[in-house]
Amino acid sequence: MTIGIHEMMPTAASANPLLPAVADIVWSAVVFAILLVFFWVKVLPNFKANIDARTEAIEGRLALAEKAQAEAAAKTANIEAEQAEARAEAAQIREAARAEGAAILAELKEQASLEAARMTETAKKQIESERQAAIISLRAEVGSLALDLASTVVQQNLKEDKNASSMVAGFLADLEKDSKKN
Amino acid sequence: MLLLSAGFNPVAAGEGEFTPPTIGEFYPEVIAFEGTPFELNRIMLIRLLVTTLLVVLFTLWANRFRKSTSTGQFVPGRFQMFGEMSLNFVRKSIAHEQLGEKDGDRFLPLLTTIFFIVLGMNITGIVPGLNISGTSVIGLPMILAGAAYVTFIYAGMKAHGLKFFKNALLPSGVPKAFYVLVTPIEFLSTFILRPVTLALRLMMNMIAGHLLLVLCFTATHFFVLYADGPFKAFGLLTFTFGFAFTLFEILVAFLQAYVFTLLTTVYIQLSLADEH
Repeated sequence: MTIGIHEMMPTAASANPLLPAVADIVWSAVVFAILLVFFWVKVLPNFKANIDARTEAIEGRLALAEKAQAEAAAKTANIEAEQAEARAEAAQIREAARAEGAAILAELKEQASLEAARMTETAKKQIESERQAAIISLRAEVGSLALDLASTVVQQNLKEDKNASSMVAGFLADLEKDSKKN
Repeated sequence: MLLLSAGFNPVAAGEGEFTPPTIGEFYPEVIAFEGTPFELNRIMLIRLLVTTLLVVLFTLWANRFRKSTSTGQFVPGRFQMFGEMSLNFVRKSIAHEQLGEKDGDRFLPLLTTIFFIVLGMNITGIVPGLNISGTSVIGLPMILAGAAYVTFIYAGMKAHGLKFFKNALLPSGVPKAFYVLVTPIEFLSTFILRPVTLALRLMMNMIAGHLLLVLCFTATHFFVLYADGPFKAFGLLTFTFGFAFTLFEILVAFLQAYVFTLLTTVYIQLSLADEH
């Protein structure tokens, strides 16, 4: 039995597996066409778009992360530089303050010693002038006292020699008393 | 059992006779549209079922991909990952490997279609209740081989124009006198044997696999139910063989899908290459 074109599906008896039946070819073509169009139009474009978008996203995020890292590193470097600068500035200020303090101290010391010297000088001068005044007044008083003493000695000699020595003693005692009073 | 071997004669089996499977296995009775070009039998129904399943499965994946693209949620779930792996197997391991990224993507729709049709149709050979491959009748292997044939000729003509045929039939570096011998051989191998071997390799693998399984399991059926006493033990042996060949058929299903797709890719690559 041969397979005619009108025979759509051969029976087991007429079968030659190498010769396709019409219905076999038709259904195969239908199945192939459906799936080819389906994969071509729907599956693969979506698949490719997804993979490309993901690659892009991953690359974009990597670049972003790299940028953020670089920024952070730059910020850290900035902060460190600022810190170093601040430290240097602080040290400088401290140094300056110490120097200034030392200068102020030295100045104060000098002023104090000058003041002290001046005060000493003034005191000396005052003492000297007082001493002079004392010497002057003492001289004047000693003169009159001497005169007094002389006249008294003379008067005593006239009356009684014996009294003269006691008189001198009394005078000297008076003198001592006076000088203590003064 | 009934579905496993449509050609199996239950009456004969009932009488305790062993009926080996015949080529009639691949020509089951017509179910609908008898006498029209759209006659349906069990194998055509299996093809339609596989097509439906492929469309449903890949629609789910395609929608997942689109959702992932539009929402920017690029971390794939397990399901999406599996889809990517499947599609990337054809895209990376076959197309990009042989053709490079640009040409690989250019011919990817055909290669992907061929791979998943062949895989899906082959695997029904061991699916319980279906038990026969959609590729075990010549029509589908022929259509696929025809598509591969048209595509590699198109690729060659697109790349080299009519020089493609000159390169293929009159290879350079061969003394002119040898063309008498070389040209017919080249014509036969490139334009006849390539598509024929593509189609036959696939179909014969599926036919052989199916007949082997039917043989093992009908023998088991016979030994267990109808053999005398100790001969029933043979049933265990034939069942073990049947089980082993079922596992082997899974491997063959994948392998034939891979081989068919890979050879199509290689033929396209040879057409695109400058010299043959």
